[in-house]
Amino acid sequence: MKKYIDQGKKDTRSGFGAGLAEVGKTNENVVALCADLVGSLKMDEFIANNPERFFQMGITEANMMGVAAGMTIGGKIPFTGTFANFSTGRVYDQIRQSIAYSDKNVKICASHAGLTLGEDGATHQILEDIGLMKMLPGMVVINPCDYNQTKAATIAIADYKGPVYLRFGRPKVANFTPENQKFEIGKAIQLTEGNDVTIIATGHLVWEALKAAEALEAKGISAEVINIHTIKPLDKEAILNSVAKTKCVVTAEEHNYLGGLGESVARVLAQNTPTPQEFVATNDTFGESGTPDQLMKKYGLDDTAIITAAEKVIARK
Amino acid sequence: MSTQQLQDQVIQVRRDILRMVHKVSSGHPGGSLGCTEFLVCLYNKIMKHDTNFKMDGLNEDLFFLSNGHISPVYYSVLARNGYFPVNELNTFRLLDSRLQGHPTTHEGLDGVRIASGSLGQGMSVAIGAALTKKLNGENTTVYSLHGDGELQEGQIWEAAMYAAGNNVDNYIATVDYNKKQIDGATDDVLPLGDLKAKFEAFGWDVLEIHQGNDIDAILTGMADAKNRTGKGKPVCVLLHTEMGNGVDFMMHTHAWHGKAPNDEQLANALAQNPETLGDY
Repeated sequence: MKKYIDQGKKDTRSGFGAGLAEVGKTNENVVALCADLVGSLKMDEFIANNPERFFQMGITEANMMGVAAGMTIGGKIPFTGTFANFSTGRVYDQIRQSIAYSDKNVKICASHAGLTLGEDGATHQILEDIGLMKMLPGMVVINPCDYNQTKAATIAIADYKGPVYLRFGRPKVANFTPENQKFEIGKAIQLTEGNDVTIIATGHLVWEALKAAEALEAKGISAEVINIHTIKPLDKEAILNSVAKTKCVVTAEEHNYLGGLGESVARVLAQNTPTPQEFVATNDTFGESGTPDQLMKKYGLDDTAIITAAEKVIARK
Repeated sequence: MSTQQLQDQVIQVRRDILRMVHKVSSGHPGGSLGCTEFLVCLYNKIMKHDTNFKMDGLNEDLFFLSNGHISPVYYSVLARNGYFPVNELNTFRLLDSRLQGHPTTHEGLDGVRIASGSLGQGMSVAIGAALTKKLNGENTTVYSLHGDGELQEGQIWEAAMYAAGNNVDNYIATVDYNKKQIDGATDDVLPLGDLKAKFEAFGWDVLEIHQGNDIDAILTGMADAKNRTGKGKPVCVLLHTEMGNGVDFMMHTHAWHGKAPNDEQLANALAQNPETLGDY
């Protein structure tokens, strides 16, 4: 099985900050807006390089989404920055009407997604955002897995015309994908080859899936790990090709099983080739305070949970 | 264009509004009639704009309708000023039409740059467009129109605080100050208080047009508003209007906010506004 090496733990939000700084240099139409969370979103470098293209909005998230929509008229490419909760649930109607329905070229960049925001607790965590965003017609939904991929995704969405939701997180996690990779929106990445089970993971769960695959290999089970960084549009072909071989699937995400990646995969399978599936996701619950590691363990979002799910789904074949 | 010519278009737009909502027995004639003079003046005399529509609107003044429910007047004024064929007004609110119940860019209707209908969002959008014009080095003005009831939405005040705090001074927001909303008088539903004092307290330059249905008063007031741009503050115009203006039985009541006339009422209303530029 192909092995991946952690090049040193980094937070995905810093990958966003690095990517934003990069597009700030290469694309003069890129503007950035932030609702009083510049440090948390790692926007400092972009701001230092392009002070005239940065807009401090204050704590006006609804206003920020509308201003971003308006700024596209005349050719700007706005990147909005705040926590995932305040990027989606708080401003759903503003995104729906002024951005999605109006087909505006806004990049909604959402940090601190999922449980791994940690100690701030459920008011600041969000486990529903993928569902909220993927339901909006025309919205692209991206959840990269590590620093390098988040940086690449940030650069790629500047060149894509249309609304995008880019989701990333706070904790320092393994950085294992190639530096300066080319990011293709909607194109899944097969990380390992396997015959017994397909593990389709997104975001922070991709590294957990790789760890699980290694443990499964030791037990004589060969797992095919697919990194689905783009939840919408979903790479159906990659899913169907893998499942044709393995005949079962585990989906893994830092999100509620209702509305998440797992349901999108289940729909593809139900329509094309009904297949046993297990869901590694939160079970229709809010989060709580705790360290990221404690929370991921308690809510069943780690390598152990993926191993258990893989063994269960293989038995159902 | 003379005041008489503007008045002729006002009468024709009123007829369009009435006939559009009557045909589909739905839509919002009250606010539409109340803002007819304003929009006719805006598109004919006040804004520098190009009917060869481009979404980016570079080097032209832009208008955003935030209270999207008064789409009938918006559509009629856009059509009568050459953005799309006047005959298309016949498709208002029908299946497969570009003239949706509330304005949208989704069906590609020339003249419309943002969807509106869910209230309170247009001021933020207009501010964004104004910021881009500043970045692009333009010397142009962004206009928006809001219902007074719409000011009950919280996002308006986020936007108002932002615009003043960031000197968005190439922007004129106009409030259709008819003091009525669906459920009754704004004073009864949720009092707006002293709007002038509120916007001033937020840091805006505020002026009032007391005769908001009088063409000369609108032109004078909006010229004054334009003169106040570029001086560090966003400009707010409180446009005192009469909901349902030009149709006697629709005036002095909130009843026609979102109700279409029946056949008899339509005939009565049209008789009060004889054809000027030709019906569609």
